[in-house]
Amino acid sequence: MNAESPKMNTVGRPSAPELAVETTSFKSLLGGRGLLQSEKLIFEKDDYSRTGVDFADIEIDAADLDGLLRDDLSLPGLTEPEAMRHYVRLSQKNHAIDLALYPLGSCTMKHNPRLNEKMARLPGLGDIHPLQPVSTVQGALALIDSLSHWLKTLTGMPAVAVTPKAGAHGELCGLLAIKAAHEAKGQGHRRTVLVPTSAHGTNPATAAFVGYTVKEVAQTADGRVDVADLASKLGPDVAAIMVTNPNTCGLFERDVVEIARLTHEAGAYFYCDGANFNAIVGRVRPGDLGVDAMHINLHKTFSTPHGGGGPGAGPVVLSEALAPYAPKPWVVAGGAGFQMLEHDEASSSANFGRMCAFHGQMGMFIRALTYMLSHGADGLKQVAEDAVLNANYIKASLQDVMSVPFPDGPCMHEALFDDRWLEGTDVTTLDFAKAMIDEGFHPMTMYFPLVVHGAMLIEPTETESKDELDGFIAVLCALAGAAKAGDVARFKGAPYLAPAKRLDETRAARAPRLSYS
Amino acid sequence: MRYLPLSSGDRAAMLEKIGVDSVDALFVDVPPSARRTGTVDLPKVAGELEVEAQLTAFADQNLSPAKVPFFVGAGAYRHHIPATVDHIIQRSEFLTSYTPYQPEIAQGTLQVLFEFQSQVARLTGMPVANASLYDGSTAAAESVLMATRVTKRNKAVLSGGLHPHYRETVETLAHAVGIETEACAVAVDDEADVLKHIDANTACVVVQTPNVFGTATDVSEIAKAAQAAGALLIVVVTEVMSLGLLKSPGEMGADVVAVEGQSIGVPLSYGGPYVGLFAAKEKYLRQLPGRLCGETVDADGERGFVLTLSTREQHIRRDKATSNICTNSGLCALAFSIHMSLLGQEGLKRVAKINYAKAHKAKDELAAAGFDVVTPRFFNEFTVKLPVAALPVVEALAAKNVLGGVPFARLQDAPGFENHLIVAVTETVSDSDIATLVSALKEVAR
Repeated sequence: MNAESPKMNTVGRPSAPELAVETTSFKSLLGGRGLLQSEKLIFEKDDYSRTGVDFADIEIDAADLDGLLRDDLSLPGLTEPEAMRHYVRLSQKNHAIDLALYPLGSCTMKHNPRLNEKMARLPGLGDIHPLQPVSTVQGALALIDSLSHWLKTLTGMPAVAVTPKAGAHGELCGLLAIKAAHEAKGQGHRRTVLVPTSAHGTNPATAAFVGYTVKEVAQTADGRVDVADLASKLGPDVAAIMVTNPNTCGLFERDVVEIARLTHEAGAYFYCDGANFNAIVGRVRPGDLGVDAMHINLHKTFSTPHGGGGPGAGPVVLSEALAPYAPKPWVVAGGAGFQMLEHDEASSSANFGRMCAFHGQMGMFIRALTYMLSHGADGLKQVAEDAVLNANYIKASLQDVMSVPFPDGPCMHEALFDDRWLEGTDVTTLDFAKAMIDEGFHPMTMYFPLVVHGAMLIEPTETESKDELDGFIAVLCALAGAAKAGDVARFKGAPYLAPAKRLDETRAARAPRLSYS
Repeated sequence: MRYLPLSSGDRAAMLEKIGVDSVDALFVDVPPSARRTGTVDLPKVAGELEVEAQLTAFADQNLSPAKVPFFVGAGAYRHHIPATVDHIIQRSEFLTSYTPYQPEIAQGTLQVLFEFQSQVARLTGMPVANASLYDGSTAAAESVLMATRVTKRNKAVLSGGLHPHYRETVETLAHAVGIETEACAVAVDDEADVLKHIDANTACVVVQTPNVFGTATDVSEIAKAAQAAGALLIVVVTEVMSLGLLKSPGEMGADVVAVEGQSIGVPLSYGGPYVGLFAAKEKYLRQLPGRLCGETVDADGERGFVLTLSTREQHIRRDKATSNICTNSGLCALAFSIHMSLLGQEGLKRVAKINYAKAHKAKDELAAAGFDVVTPRFFNEFTVKLPVAALPVVEALAAKNVLGGVPFARLQDAPGFENHLIVAVTETVSDSDIATLVSALKEVAR
């Protein structure tokens, strides 16, 4: 180094922090956050006349539409480079599975294989129309048939209705089949659905949606359905029970066979919420447990991407008793290839109607089948085992620093903690979750299930390596230590290092502003 | 297995930490009778190479629209999607995130949803829109339920031009909850008939424009009649591209609008996933189904976005929720929003005019060839009443490598409509495709 060096161009030279400079209160000149650009709304552009497509501006003589033409269209346009900037900048404000463990309990945030995406974009699958003549889409029908075969085999159930578009839509499908079956047997007076207190919100919402009265079933001290309470509530008014298994406490319902027996004895049907099928796929068949209907979230167990909130897919497997009531359309294999039964007249079934315009979430069927074929039966069994192993490893590693509401015995695919261990720290479950963001992880599901105070539900999934789990465990241990040591500001102000500080949800709801104006 | 990172060494170390001998000990709560021991009769693990070959074999059995003259519509439309759309939706941060429950680390998704809602509101001419539903048909069903909540009445009048699959989707849900539906007779143009069905028990009138036969309708009169009777007008749109040219439902007085958004940004994908657009008048805000994204500020006072008014939703209200929907159609909403941004008002108008011009060219050529076009006013889709049944005709056309449209009989068995063929013509259709359709129809539909 000579005396001239400070004046030299420093490009290519290593830089190091200047320790004498205090950096925490640093503010950029115009309020930017470094490369994380603040991004205006597309509506805040001055000029709406740009476009990112090159279509000719033709003249038309729309005489037949006299009086029907609009002149009020006001939508901003972006050229392609502007669009790329806008959406890529926005993308950088999102957390994602591909960035780190995403432990949302009950959501099964597993890796999304990219082969699935590639297959869904094959022109012969991604670019075919639902109303092409069936003779021109035999491969599509064969694919649906193949997916159905896998789902039926893995669940041990005789039939599957593929059209429901998400888990809650599958619940709707299952309950409508149950309703139709009761009505066909002269049991339409059955108007009650029993739901455990720990159920997903969609269960009571779906039951109420189709006009049933919801009655809650109590839970035992070890986090399972209280069979005695269930038995006391089963009766001639009960149409169905809706039980999640493994349940939302991450536990297998040990008495599930007895639950099914009691339910059937009372003349009701057993709807199983299959959101947590990932824990048992390849090892347990719901059909062997006495289930009558169960939706399968293809976006959970079978890895189709969550996409920022869908699209999902929720095929419903059905028992012999419910199969005749499955909604149309229906794919059948015949002598001359596959057929699609779309009309009541064309089928002898007592179908309850139609769930949606076409044949369900084909794009998700392609991805899910690709995933199944990749794993094979042996790989899927390994999926369940590794998912359960990972969850139990987290539970074992954290049970001494956090509190576990149901400590006895193993959990399944998710580890549930409560907030007893935070007592006296002035840190809440919400604060703790927000502080996880500053350490690089998405928070776990919080305050659910409702039966556990300050619940923290952690579902790692099988696609996490031991290294990633150990890193996650280290973060939670460190945060737990900080909470117990009284470092409250770390939690109350969290997140400090996210693209946004803690957001005011109360204000958003008080004076809703839902679109740009 | 390439998606499973744990090694056998990892597994052993983790079992030791847990304090059990084998993974079987973790499944001890499963009743012995339900434990699977034997092998499952399904294939074993397979590499990318093998799986790709299997999926390609399925794809190869289908006739891909890109290869042939293509006129199939009736609720799903083949439009050109800019390459940018598919690139952006495959970014990890959009593809592999979930519902933005933690807004501080989901501002990307949330701002997109806010922009999406704003685009949908402007496109439909309505003050508020939600963050998407599954598709147009389920949006229509939700809108009927909402109308009965709002009016405390129990009857829905369904226009005879409503897509039969939409009608069935609405009827399935409505009848399950005890809502009565009154479906008008199938008709190419049925405004007058709809008006006759409105009475003091009517909760809502559901009208589609352009309807399943392609007919565009000014629904202003129906809006006035419905509202005068205390009912809501629900406007269904299955071809969202039409809103680049046609008066918005809001301008015509709609109370609720349920739209299939597939035409903008979402590939055909054999029927799904698509994206339902749902918009309404402001006074129904707290009765809307589905997620809503709203503007707020963060602790530093910076603008930010959150999911809001969740007290309508299942995870808070449980059996008192306005809908049971949870996962909706987020990534398709993103695709819609990107494509809409790339189009902008200028691009949308231009592509809409091209659709109009091509469809009318096809109509003119078919009419000149002696075919009976029965749709009086249309955007990019019209109906031809063939001299023979339409179902075998489309099969015969397919044998000639022409995908010539949708027979109405495919959608519904309705006497008098056996010969009706619904023909959609988008910007992807060339003049020579139209000529091929006309000459092929002359051969097979005589």
